Amino acid sequence: MNRCVLVLAALLAGCASSARTTSTPSGSSDGRSPVGVREQTADQQVHHVLSRLTFGGRPGDVETVRAMGVDAWIDRQLHPERIADAAVPSFLAQFTTLGKSGTELLASYPPPAVALAQLARRSGEVTAEDSAKVREQGRQSFLFLGELASSRVARAVTSERQLEEVLVDFWENHFSVFAGKDRTRYFLNEYDAQTIRPHAMGKFRDLLGAVAKSPAMLYYLDNWQSVADSGRPVLQPVNARVAQRRAAAVRQAAQQRPQLAALAQRKRGLNENYARELMELHTLGVDGGYTQRDVIEVARALTGWTLDRGIQGGEFVFRPQVHDAGAKVILGHAFPAGRGQDEGEAVLDLLARHPKTAEFIATKLARRFVSDTPPAALVARAAATFRRTDGDIREVVRTIVTSPEFFATTAYRAKVKSPFELVTSALRAMNAAPDATPRTSQLVSRLGQPTFGHQAPNGYPETGDSWMNTGAILNRINFGLAVASGRVPGVRLADWPITKQLAALPREQQVDGVIRALLGGDASSDTRQVLLTGTNPFLVRQGAGAGVDSLLADDPDNASMGAMAGGAAADRKRDAQARRAERAPVAQQQQMAGREAIKPTRGATLTQSIGTLPPATGFAQIVGLALGAPEFQRR
Amino acid sequence: MNRRIFLKGGALSLVTLGLSPSFLRRTALAMDLPRAARGKTLIVLFQRGAADALNVVVPFGDAGYYAARPQLAIGSPARANGTVGAIDLDGFYGLHPSLASFKPLWDRGLLVPIHAVGSPSATRSHFDAQDYMETGTPDRKGTTDGWLNRYLAVEGTCEACAPGAAAPPFRAVAMTAQTPRILGGAAPVVAMNSIDEFSIRTNGGDAEKRLEALYRTGNADLVHGSGSEMFEALKVLKAANPQQYRPQHGAVYPRSAFGTRLLQIAQLIKAGVGLEVAFADVGGWDTHVNQGAAQGQLATRLADFSTSISALVADLGDRLEDVVILTCSEFGRTVRQNGTGGTDHGHAGAMFVISGSLGAPKQVHGRWPGLAPEQLYEGRDLALTTDFRAVFSEVVGKHLGGSKLDAVFPGYGGVKRDWLGVLA
Repeated sequence: MNRCVLVLAALLAGCASSARTTSTPSGSSDGRSPVGVREQTADQQVHHVLSRLTFGGRPGDVETVRAMGVDAWIDRQLHPERIADAAVPSFLAQFTTLGKSGTELLASYPPPAVALAQLARRSGEVTAEDSAKVREQGRQSFLFLGELASSRVARAVTSERQLEEVLVDFWENHFSVFAGKDRTRYFLNEYDAQTIRPHAMGKFRDLLGAVAKSPAMLYYLDNWQSVADSGRPVLQPVNARVAQRRAAAVRQAAQQRPQLAALAQRKRGLNENYARELMELHTLGVDGGYTQRDVIEVARALTGWTLDRGIQGGEFVFRPQVHDAGAKVILGHAFPAGRGQDEGEAVLDLLARHPKTAEFIATKLARRFVSDTPPAALVARAAATFRRTDGDIREVVRTIVTSPEFFATTAYRAKVKSPFELVTSALRAMNAAPDATPRTSQLVSRLGQPTFGHQAPNGYPETGDSWMNTGAILNRINFGLAVASGRVPGVRLADWPITKQLAALPREQQVDGVIRALLGGDASSDTRQVLLTGTNPFLVRQGAGAGVDSLLADDPDNASMGAMAGGAAADRKRDAQARRAERAPVAQQQQMAGREAIKPTRGATLTQSIGTLPPATGFAQIVGLALGAPEFQRR
Repeated sequence: MNRRIFLKGGALSLVTLGLSPSFLRRTALAMDLPRAARGKTLIVLFQRGAADALNVVVPFGDAGYYAARPQLAIGSPARANGTVGAIDLDGFYGLHPSLASFKPLWDRGLLVPIHAVGSPSATRSHFDAQDYMETGTPDRKGTTDGWLNRYLAVEGTCEACAPGAAAPPFRAVAMTAQTPRILGGAAPVVAMNSIDEFSIRTNGGDAEKRLEALYRTGNADLVHGSGSEMFEALKVLKAANPQQYRPQHGAVYPRSAFGTRLLQIAQLIKAGVGLEVAFADVGGWDTHVNQGAAQGQLATRLADFSTSISALVADLGDRLEDVVILTCSEFGRTVRQNGTGGTDHGHAGAMFVISGSLGAPKQVHGRWPGLAPEQLYEGRDLALTTDFRAVFSEVVGKHLGGSKLDAVFPGYGGVKRDWLGVLA
């Protein structure tokens, strides 16, 4: 009944939006997009757009898209501001730290080093109680990161503005920052809510500027510490009173802790870290034609772009006292001396509008939406849209997702899901309720993709070969089985609408129903055969059908194949471990990042967090097999 | 029979040849293979949090050590007077008393420390320093892969990776929940907390058989291929039957997480699954507060650390000739003790190399820079005399037979020139 109302509402919205867009069919307003034939069947197109513009279809979505028409539905997703999404903010309201800024988080949950410093200043013995207190403060200082990670999963699973959510995921990875680097984690709430989200479908220059001024990026890539090298002219001399005050503070600190004296005397200067990644990873790309000389010049231009409260975070501020005010030459353009913050803005203008940037961003978006090796002609058209629209992300995406290349048969299921996509697509397919605990986001980490957990600034890999290996596929299969066994929060097989439809039917119809619901109605005949009868059609064809089955079956140790000879006691132990792991919501963060840095990669693995699963039989087995099938690993 | 060929052909091909699982198990266990057929294994153990090198390998012959650490210093062996002092190695350096189980290994020529070794970078950030140690590219943050993975991935770098050859599924194993930075990169790596986790988790039923059938379809695409390899790896492990493992030669592993992980590395080595690179890490070294001296926090960590490693050494027996164990930590700690009975972030540190194939046994490697105030790095820390890449590249080059060392350690330039001769 609810579903019918939704479909009806969607239909109405669809009519409205197609009415609006009839004048620009398929967004080809430049008139140069080929009106090529879509190779995919009408049915494939429906599944395809759901697999690329969303985190996977929920029950009923196929009908919605079909009723609305693929093009009208795409256009609707390109305008998230027109899509009501009230359930998301009301769900997120229960995360108490999500709305807090870095400054607030630092005040409420100070990093362990601060507690240690307080301890050091105090006189008297350090007691076991003190140590316990410091440890507890340390634990607290990671909890809020878990809430952010949970909110990302919950949004991906429930938001109606799916394409926007996909693009948030894309840009947070394009402008990757690592939560485990010192204090970076404190600035991630703002990074998600204020830096990335408002610009995810806006102008690239706005997004780039927001990132350049975000505490998260300033901190992660060290630009907040980058100052004019000594000997360079600065924009404004340091106020004598301020300098005196600062020197006095340093002297005082050095008296308390002699070790700090040397630290305070360490020479500061130019830090090229952000300038390099700005060109290599954020705009031009590694082959973008810039030189080491350009890196230095850009770093000089961005000196003084820092945080108003330094290591305490705060907000972006431009400090003329440390800004290198000399003239520069960047990518062949002369930048006259003394322009201050405007100079940095002009550098960002130059980079955002550079043709290499258009090409680089177009390539990455096409890789996200079409295939690991997107056709050059499509990339060229997307880059042209980028240049023509002054980097309008929405229009670049429109060019890509309405193109004939997007709807080519070679693009269908061409992408391997990332762990985040695997988990969210499974939850959506199973009509899961969003999870307020950290457990679901922990599953994503244990499948290899913790939120803001990629150490290097290049972000998580965008191609399938990086996500597929022996260990990864095992974890994915176990995840699918865990979903079907009710071990994943928010999923109950009994409540799945498809279960009700199929419960009373014979296995053959259950198999076809599950293939329809989870695999887009499109599974290989081998897969269908395995789900149905359990025989391996390939081995039957090879005439070695008995081989694999007998390999382990004739060995008494392995007669019960899933038991792994661990016995019930070991299983109980694992289960207890799993429960402990669930009670420790910071396991992911703690393993990712230690006191102020990195603890051993401890924490729980996926198998620990799901424990040993009951034998999968009947309908649950069909669901578990479908979620573990090769087809479900792709989108 | 060549181990790697066996693994490439895989369990399935043996079955289709009509060989029984018990034969498979015997072969996979490889207990009776001649030594020449065994592969080499490198085990890297990372002490995360910056271990206090000066209290691990104690420079009791340097008066500056005692001047800087009135409460924290480990007594010299001669001056110990009733308290527990350092275990003398060569009259200048001694081991922390908790490393007692390392002394017999030193005596037998199986273990050497390297002192004043580490990253040339000035950073005192755990994050950056671990990053540099794991990528092998100090002060270069953009490096996307770890040096162990680069050894495995760069074509022609290693003898074993012939072009197009499928690597054994357990060629590189991290006994960690997630792939650590040092093993991140293009070459496939298995990360697991324990061997028995490497299994399909349904307890009974035919789901596993059906899942295998879903992937073994003759389709060789990325997803099916990875799945087929995984099911083959499961069979190799099952045949090796790790649950029945009993350590040999009287080895007793501590029941700690670290000890358990080393035990499992020994299992994998003996199971003959083609393990070439193994990694484990252990935390608790960031001793800013109440570090202790001969007893206390650091002593407890070191006891677990050393008894785990010496159990591994005992268990491996004469296989240690084909194994190198390398320990490292991101940096050392301040020479002076701080106001809370601990030490703060420093610079150079210490490593241990343990192997049956050492080049110069009974020698503490690395030039000693001294602890007089003017000899300290930035006036406070042990100065660096050996770049960690000198050690890493020597181990990759000599032990694993890696050839393209400039590709594994790009921008280094000290390959061979700066090697210490730790290995034969």
